[in-house]
Amino acid sequence: MKRFLSVITLLLGFVSSSVVTHAQSAGITIGSKSFTESVILGEILAGLAMNAGAPVEHRKQLGGTRILWNALLRGEIDAYPEYTGTIAREIFATEKIASRNSMINALAAKGISMSAPLGFNNTYALAVTTNTAKRLSLNSISDLKRFRDLKLGFSNEFMDRGDGWPALKKRYGLPQSNARGLDHDLAYRGLKSGDIDVIDVYTTDAEIPYYGLSLLNDDQRHFPQYDAVILYRSALSKIAPAVSTAFKGLGGKINAQQMATLNAAVKIQQQSESAVATDFLQSAFKISVTTEQNSLGKRLYSRTLEHLFLVGISLFSAILVAIPLGILAARRRTTGQFILSTAGVLQTIPGLALLVFMIPLLGIGSEPAIAALFLYSLLPIIRNTHTGITGIDPSLQNSAIALGLPASARLHLIELPLATPSIMAGIKTSAVINIGTATLGALIGAGGYGQPILTGIRLDNIGLILEGAIPAALMALIVQFGFEWIEKRLASNGRAAAQT
Amino acid sequence: MFDLEKISKSFGPVQVVTDLDLTIAPGKTTVLIGPSGCGKSTILGMIIGLVQPDSGTIHFNGASLTPDRLEHMRQRMGYVIQEGGLFPHLSARRNVTLMAEHLGHDAQRSAARVQYLCNLTNFPETALDRSPAELSGGQCQRIALMRALMLDPDVLLLDEPLGALDPLIRFELQTELRDIFRTLGKTVIMVTHDIGEAGYFGDTIVLLRDGQIVQAGTITDLVDTPQENFVERFVRTQRLVAAEPRK
Repeated sequence: MKRFLSVITLLLGFVSSSVVTHAQSAGITIGSKSFTESVILGEILAGLAMNAGAPVEHRKQLGGTRILWNALLRGEIDAYPEYTGTIAREIFATEKIASRNSMINALAAKGISMSAPLGFNNTYALAVTTNTAKRLSLNSISDLKRFRDLKLGFSNEFMDRGDGWPALKKRYGLPQSNARGLDHDLAYRGLKSGDIDVIDVYTTDAEIPYYGLSLLNDDQRHFPQYDAVILYRSALSKIAPAVSTAFKGLGGKINAQQMATLNAAVKIQQQSESAVATDFLQSAFKISVTTEQNSLGKRLYSRTLEHLFLVGISLFSAILVAIPLGILAARRRTTGQFILSTAGVLQTIPGLALLVFMIPLLGIGSEPAIAALFLYSLLPIIRNTHTGITGIDPSLQNSAIALGLPASARLHLIELPLATPSIMAGIKTSAVINIGTATLGALIGAGGYGQPILTGIRLDNIGLILEGAIPAALMALIVQFGFEWIEKRLASNGRAAAQT
Repeated sequence: MFDLEKISKSFGPVQVVTDLDLTIAPGKTTVLIGPSGCGKSTILGMIIGLVQPDSGTIHFNGASLTPDRLEHMRQRMGYVIQEGGLFPHLSARRNVTLMAEHLGHDAQRSAARVQYLCNLTNFPETALDRSPAELSGGQCQRIALMRALMLDPDVLLLDEPLGALDPLIRFELQTELRDIFRTLGKTVIMVTHDIGEAGYFGDTIVLLRDGQIVQAGTITDLVDTPQENFVERFVRTQRLVAAEPRK
């Protein structure tokens, strides 16, 4: 068993070292989370760095906070946009961060620097239509006290949150008692039709400029601060001083209304994040950055290569490891049960969770994705190898033993050829599952067909989702047919071989 | 040739062979016979080392059968089972030559040997390149016998070799097999449940019941001087058509 484990480790080492690493040593790598605002900010950072003369790569929509934070600590990305509330409550959840200075110190201890606030606080806010705001001259939440009859409609989450409606009502001493909980999308429509006067929003929601809403000032500072900042590696000021200076220059340059407008340009007017970022850089800094938009064919080609890379390496290594494990499982009953149940447990781990488990070991990018896909591919191959061998008619096994063939010769002359159809079926199953699961790899920066699917889900854009889903389905079908063709060839070769 | 001493074997709670002593004479045909579950196939399995006895010893030509010697000893034994046990992915020819190839025997010599065995077993050489699925049951058994004889073993172990064949083929093969045994003069151990077949082949017939020997001797001994009522009953199970002529 020990030897097998070391073989796996070796293989993983081989795989990860053979993987083409994306980040060049001299270049700057920007990360962003998988929501639109973060991607736009990431594009802005990329534009700034590019303007400062550094080769830049933006690894978009890399899942959530943990993934980006760890990638930053490992130096796999150099900078990403973050929010002070998230730094205090998630990244340093166990430490008490009371002030901006203690946050800066805590970050500095990890070799990370934080920029000045960008100028907007992405937190909960109460919104009214601009008309209502003008008519009643509403500016702040305190102003609501004067209008007992205003109709309030809040998202269900806001009704329940610790800092939501009950706490807000108490803090400001608001008189309204008719707040309704309802779906967030319905709230916007209710506001437009006049059924509702006040709703809860995030301060930079794209819908704010779209519906022409006014935000009420949180004059008592009830809501937590989620000031947007840039987190970047402190080493950057030495390696690429021009870039870190450019990042610092972004402080105070984007207010909530501007951010909401940028979000709306992507989410509602369907412009690309890079185009929106380019426009912003032009108007705010007089910087012109050229962004190239690849054609559909080029995008498909490079994603197909990325996807095949993930699937090919993980499946190939899985075959090399799983067939010997399956043989071992067939030979030794107790070891076999251990192997099969371990592989079975691996299979039950949700895909996303397995990917995230891999990050502390292998970072972000294709390495952890390949490792996770490798683990996923093991079970079908191990099980089918095991079944293929244990399913051989005992009289054939006995005949082979009685002939005097040693175990190794029995394995390659008798057992493996007889188990081949079953093993091939296992490999086929693994390949098809693998192609589907590999789309999740985009969440940790592995690229592939998952990339447009992820963007499509984020932007609610069916076209983009299909741009990833259709090629993935086609690849699965082609691989399935390919394996069936090989199976047929093997079967007819087997017949032919039997005749010579 | 073989000496079995105080052999016992059980599968789980079922005692299959109990304290069995048996000596197999060289150059003769010994038939193990008895009702289902009497342990006859298990004894054959232990002789070729497919089944390990719980206790007792087995000697082959004076040397005890130990795991490290088994593989080599098996090359001096030929084994044929009821439905041939031919490898379905290999041609009839490769089934026969597999072990010789593995041992690196000269291909020309092997081909000559195969030709000789085809003549001996009356197998058409033209059918050698067919896969087992394309052969009749009788042809499969001829190939199985050729495979067993390929390395010119000292002993042939046959476990109900004709049990799955239809009566006409079976009758024909019985005749041929006995001729082959006589031609080769090898030690043969055969398992069957058919007393007629046992009488036809056996120089010595060993009648077993519940894992123990009831009586061993020639068919004449068993018929003329049965030592137990069971022997008499077992021998009489053979119905002869001519024995009850119509009136």
